Amino acid sequence: MARIRNTITEPVLALGRYSLLLFHAFGALPEFSRYKKNLWEQMVHIGFDSLPIVMLAAAFSGAVTTVQTSYQLVTPLIPKSIIGSIVAPSMILELGAVVTGFILAGRVGARIAAELGTMRVTEQIDALEAMGLNSIGYLIVPRVIAGVIMFPVLYVAACFVGITGGMMVGHFGGFVPMGEFVDGAREFFQPFDPIFGLIKSFVFGFTITSISCFKGYYTAGGAEGVGRSTTQAAVASCVFLLLADLILAATLL
Amino acid sequence: MIQVQNINKQFDDKQVLFDVSVDIVEGETLAIIGRSGSGKSVLMKHIIGLLKPDSGRILVDGTDINAISYGELREVRQHFGILFQGGALFDSMSAFDNVAFPLRTFTTKSEAEIREEVMICLNMVELPDVGPKMPSELSGGMQKRVALARAVSLRPRYILYDEPTSGLDPETSNTIDALIEGLAEQLNVTSIVVTHDMHSVLNIADRAAFIYKGRMHWTGTIDELHDSDDAILRDFVKANEYQIGH
Repeated sequence: MARIRNTITEPVLALGRYSLLLFHAFGALPEFSRYKKNLWEQMVHIGFDSLPIVMLAAAFSGAVTTVQTSYQLVTPLIPKSIIGSIVAPSMILELGAVVTGFILAGRVGARIAAELGTMRVTEQIDALEAMGLNSIGYLIVPRVIAGVIMFPVLYVAACFVGITGGMMVGHFGGFVPMGEFVDGAREFFQPFDPIFGLIKSFVFGFTITSISCFKGYYTAGGAEGVGRSTTQAAVASCVFLLLADLILAATLL
Repeated sequence: MIQVQNINKQFDDKQVLFDVSVDIVEGETLAIIGRSGSGKSVLMKHIIGLLKPDSGRILVDGTDINAISYGELREVRQHFGILFQGGALFDSMSAFDNVAFPLRTFTTKSEAEIREEVMICLNMVELPDVGPKMPSELSGGMQKRVALARAVSLRPRYILYDEPTSGLDPETSNTIDALIEGLAEQLNVTSIVVTHDMHSVLNIADRAAFIYKGRMHWTGTIDELHDSDDAILRDFVKANEYQIGH
């Protein structure tokens, strides 16, 4: 009975604590100048350091989409430009943001949770508070802002590299000449598509960093607790990223 | 002056503190003693507002720290320095930056003034050369001494020590005790030392407060501790390999 009760109450309690954490984080914004030194460092960790793996994953996503589209759709009755018409919107609308999101959930989310979790179990967060510092303002606000700023940058890079990767594989693999790929991409281009992708990337950036901060900040239970928080941060970020993806697609498209 | 008045604290189903009261007088060194798990560290965290009591009050210079805003509480905390059990040095910063951190955060001093102040603090703990080292490169005792330098960098009025000698060899423990005693005199601070190390208590404390199973069982001066015939207190002291009166 107690187990059933916990299954119901724990998610509600977690949501309440997460909301309170965000409330305190927004409350710390007026004194952000004190914590802004951390922002640049976090932007480097979250954005710049993630660039190589994001670009690699995006290039392969674009390339695989090209090959699969060619396999499924290209017949003598369908023009080869259809490959560009599918690869470019796929990257801009979905893959650019989602692939980047999954990579950041694993790479950045786990890092944030492990970092804050270790600080919690070694009393470094208590030390910050005991000095009279707002630990949420100092640790969480710069990480979330860095995520919201850098995710769209990574998204743009992922789209560019993904579409280019798809085009290159199409051209050099003999699936579609570069000119036809570009023609196809242009033909079905909607100006709202990149705006939608950018909105998604803002939401994903916020979701991943805030959930990971929450999991790390409230870590308990020593080294095992840090491991648990790190795993939960990556898993929860992925789950809520998919949920946000669906909600945004259903409401904005 | 710090006044702890009738505080109770429960975690989940377990009551940790029962109606605990104690006064800490300006300028004294009070040792809070008791077995592991008796509630000493929980009491210390209440004193700085890191934990809120279920009932009761903590007054710092007459201000109830649980009845003020978070911003006001942070101002009160700036009068405190804390030495955590593991040191709690920021592991992403060098020893120098750890000590400089409160100065850079809470003062408008120039980098040159901060450098000078950090060196004074590191000299106080007799570690003038460790500035460039990272916490992971320091021994446990050295980490605690750097953490102590950080705790005193803003010249607090109160210093809280959480098990300052636990896990240290007897010689290093004596060094830490001497530092605590020296800082109390040099800086004229009020010190609260949470410990179960009776050797340390006898070296540095003016008074002791004994917590037993979450209750404030006994308080008195060190002389009164020697003369006490309280059976539970005597058992605790004996278990620490010290015979009262010797």
